[in-house]
Amino acid sequence: MPQTTTKSYLPPGLAIPLPTPDGMDKGFYDGLKRHELTVQRCNRCHTFQFAPELICHKCQSPDLGWHKVSGRGRLYSWIRIWNAVHPALKEACPYIVAVVELPDAGGVRMVGNLLGDPMQDAPFDAEVQAVFEDHPDQGFTLVQWRLV
Amino acid sequence: MSEYNVRDKTAIVGIGETKYYKRGQAPVPEFLLACEAITKAAEDAGISVKDIDGFSSYSNDRNEATRIAAALDLPEVRLSMMVWGGGGGGVAAAVGNAAAAIAAGYANYVVVFRALAQGQYGRFGQGAPIATIAGAAPGYSNLSAYSAPYGLLAPAHWIALRTRRFMYEHKVRQDALAAIAMASYHHAQSNPRAIMYGRPLTRQAYDNSRWIAEPFHLFDCCMENDGAAAVILTSAERARDLKHKPAYIMAAAQGSGYRTDVAAENSVDYPSANYKTVAPRLYQMAGIAPSDVDVAQFYEHFSGGPLMCIVEHGFCHPDEVNEFCTFENLTAPAGRLPINTSGGNLAECYVHGMELVNEAVRQVRGTSTAQVPEAKIALVVSGPLVPRGVSNLLVHS
Repeated sequence: MPQTTTKSYLPPGLAIPLPTPDGMDKGFYDGLKRHELTVQRCNRCHTFQFAPELICHKCQSPDLGWHKVSGRGRLYSWIRIWNAVHPALKEACPYIVAVVELPDAGGVRMVGNLLGDPMQDAPFDAEVQAVFEDHPDQGFTLVQWRLV
Repeated sequence: MSEYNVRDKTAIVGIGETKYYKRGQAPVPEFLLACEAITKAAEDAGISVKDIDGFSSYSNDRNEATRIAAALDLPEVRLSMMVWGGGGGGVAAAVGNAAAAIAAGYANYVVVFRALAQGQYGRFGQGAPIATIAGAAPGYSNLSAYSAPYGLLAPAHWIALRTRRFMYEHKVRQDALAAIAMASYHHAQSNPRAIMYGRPLTRQAYDNSRWIAEPFHLFDCCMENDGAAAVILTSAERARDLKHKPAYIMAAAQGSGYRTDVAAENSVDYPSANYKTVAPRLYQMAGIAPSDVDVAQFYEHFSGGPLMCIVEHGFCHPDEVNEFCTFENLTAPAGRLPINTSGGNLAECYVHGMELVNEAVRQVRGTSTAQVPEAKIALVVSGPLVPRGVSNLLVHS
């Protein structure tokens, strides 16, 4: 079962993510709503890519699909942010932003918050697991990460 | 690669800048700052401002060439060009483009300028309070729907993430970042133009300053200012008859490596300043080695930039950063590689890195306030880690 939460790591007020008008990343957001982590993959040469693009960067095929991955990742880098650069973050500092590498998706990276104590000293390259953070009022879901 | 044939065909002959202000304190609009810096550069060169017939800038400077030309009553504009994309990666590229255009005969006197009054327009250090975001923001792949909802919003954050990975992989200590910040502040103490003139930075004050985004303390971060700076280039032939010793353009390189501009932190070579292809190309064009460089001006939005640039420009091995990046090594007059001798973005003024070009020219003229004795070759490295492309430049006497 995928791990989910309705408790937001950050307060409301940050930009709400929307699919691009050309439909390039709709599959990613649809997956998140189903609590599935999916990565764009070329239907012709099976290359993974993230961030999404209109064509495969390897073979330039426009025939791209969405491949479900395990949600296991590697904590590639993270920072603790102390300076609120947005009005919504005034009471939220410090918070942790993580970059996670996905070994079962060709090593593409995704961004998220590292859930838990913002003062934690997480080891680099540690194993992390996706957590789906639902925002039912605004109709979107974020992928977050926690140490395994 | 085809042979580079612009070496020493052009030179910087004039430099100018406004008084530098804290953010919001410029008494005149940004456009007038641009006009003032350009006029002063012409005076410094000993030419009439009406001799300027070309414009080059970067980061979508708001002050358009034709408006400046009209306001300064220039008889003719033969050239105007802009390096694509936001960020300070394009400073040296704007100079390189000017040099190429002059060598090709498009124009005679090209001014390269940047005017930036962050008190009058948006602050780079603040996240835009937008309601929704889709895909990557135009001009900034770092800011995207795949990262902004997590509070990953500002250049300090993007650069910190890459710097931490680099520091982890190469066991770099905080001392290296502190040395870079303290070198800039130290040099600013002899530079009356510098906003931090008279404000020396001790290691204790550095350590005690608040975190912005780890590993960056307050003093690892550039200022937000109002100001403008400009340089004028012309052919080597014309340069010989002008007021100052010419600062010849040895080489200028620009560009990016493989898939550097992919959103959601997916640059393929992540813990990098993005100079791994551009720096070797610069040295090849110039026909010199890193050991030939006497002094360097590294764009520092954050101290992590110079850290990785020092490595990627061949001054030390990535695993030797702790030994190389010391206050003694990085300061004039006698350090192994004096850097940011005017105080740069951290302590002189954040003119988006343009002020670093002016300082490189002073070094090869021999007129810096933190002069490296007999400096012949000065390196300028523009905004590192900028996904839209980076650039660098070598000038010599």
